[in-house]
Amino acid sequence: MDTKNLIAQRVAQELKAGDLVNLGIGLPTLVANYVPAGTQIFFQSENGVIGMKPLDIPNTSSDSLTDAGGMPTSVIPGAAAFDSVASFGFIRGGHLAVTVLGGLQVDEAGQLANWMVPGKMVPGMGGAMDLVSGAKRVIVAMTHTAKGAPKILKACTLPLTSVRRVALIVTEMAVIEPTEDGLMLREVAPGVTVDDVLAATEARLIVGESTPTMAVAA
Amino acid sequence: MCKVCSLSRAVDQIPNGASLLIGGFMGVGSPHRLIDELVKQGKRDLTVIINDTARPDFGVGKLVDAKAIRRLVTSHIGLNPETQRQMLAGEMEVDLVPQGTLAERIRAGGTGLGGVLTRTGVGTVVAEGKSTVDVDGETFLLERPLVADFSLIRAWRADHLGNLQYELTARNFNPAMAMAGATVIAEAGEIVPVGMIAPDQVETVSVVVDTLVSRED
Repeated sequence: MDTKNLIAQRVAQELKAGDLVNLGIGLPTLVANYVPAGTQIFFQSENGVIGMKPLDIPNTSSDSLTDAGGMPTSVIPGAAAFDSVASFGFIRGGHLAVTVLGGLQVDEAGQLANWMVPGKMVPGMGGAMDLVSGAKRVIVAMTHTAKGAPKILKACTLPLTSVRRVALIVTEMAVIEPTEDGLMLREVAPGVTVDDVLAATEARLIVGESTPTMAVAA
Repeated sequence: MCKVCSLSRAVDQIPNGASLLIGGFMGVGSPHRLIDELVKQGKRDLTVIINDTARPDFGVGKLVDAKAIRRLVTSHIGLNPETQRQMLAGEMEVDLVPQGTLAERIRAGGTGLGGVLTRTGVGTVVAEGKSTVDVDGETFLLERPLVADFSLIRAWRADHLGNLQYELTARNFNPAMAMAGATVIAEAGEIVPVGMIAPDQVETVSVVVDTLVSRED
């Protein structure tokens, strides 16, 4: 299994039946592939729909049903469409159980930076700042390093997306939970040791007496 | 007074330097005929408020390509390299606003509110220069209302009075923007006789729509 699918598989275990969930573009979208059959999750797309079927074959001839990247998508029976004001009401108003977002950096305080690299890449924050500020749980799904350089740092060097502490970081090496006391190493990936994780992480990690292995198909 | 007029007359009203609220999300639900006509008439120095700048040669990306925009207020330009190029080169002023905040600022502008209070952006670069308000011990940012000279709206269906209905994710910013423009110009996929859209189905009420673009020029 490749890195992205391993991360997506682990993140999917965090979703519960009936949850309203928003998946970011890219890696987070793959999470939908690993929701167990029979577990109903309501996926929101912030451009105005709840009940989207991510990664499905578009089942409509309408060019007015798209995902947040503007690509044709499909919906489940019982889906609902609404405008941007309502859409962000769900996001900020505490109605969204989980958002899964990519990350450029996360720091020891659990703060995420994922929307710009000054002077180089300035895509804009889109809905990310609202999602991180408003969702009940924020899960960051990202590779552990970028070209060998740690992305989990003592302090973010890039502009923050929110000062709020995210709930969980899932990488291809580890599951890390930001807490009041700091970053707790909760799990390691199959074939990865605690020392491997520490070596690839700049931030201080709190390691327990035993660290379980992620329950994923390697 | 007849609301329905030709595409060219509808866009003739818009002077160079005007501010425009334009509906759409990655070009879906954007008024493509109105955008094409703005480019055709060579409008320039525009202030454009829109969720994103779509892609080059698509949707509002055509106004970016034509260098018709002097100032842009938007939440996302990541899928349009030309917008990023013009911004980094200093050719276009870009104000990046969180998407939910953008929606609420437009809603506030259209509904007579002095602004909105949000947690989004507190402690980040978005908060720079803005007032904060404490509500029950929690800090919120004061975000100011947004209005414009014109709103350019895309509807799925209109009646001849200007009542509008939208479709699926082509709805996005259109209903809020239809309330926030001094002059509102709408294009619709279909214009039906008055009465065919039942009162419960009207999403934007005709009284705020000033001009409806006819199907044919």
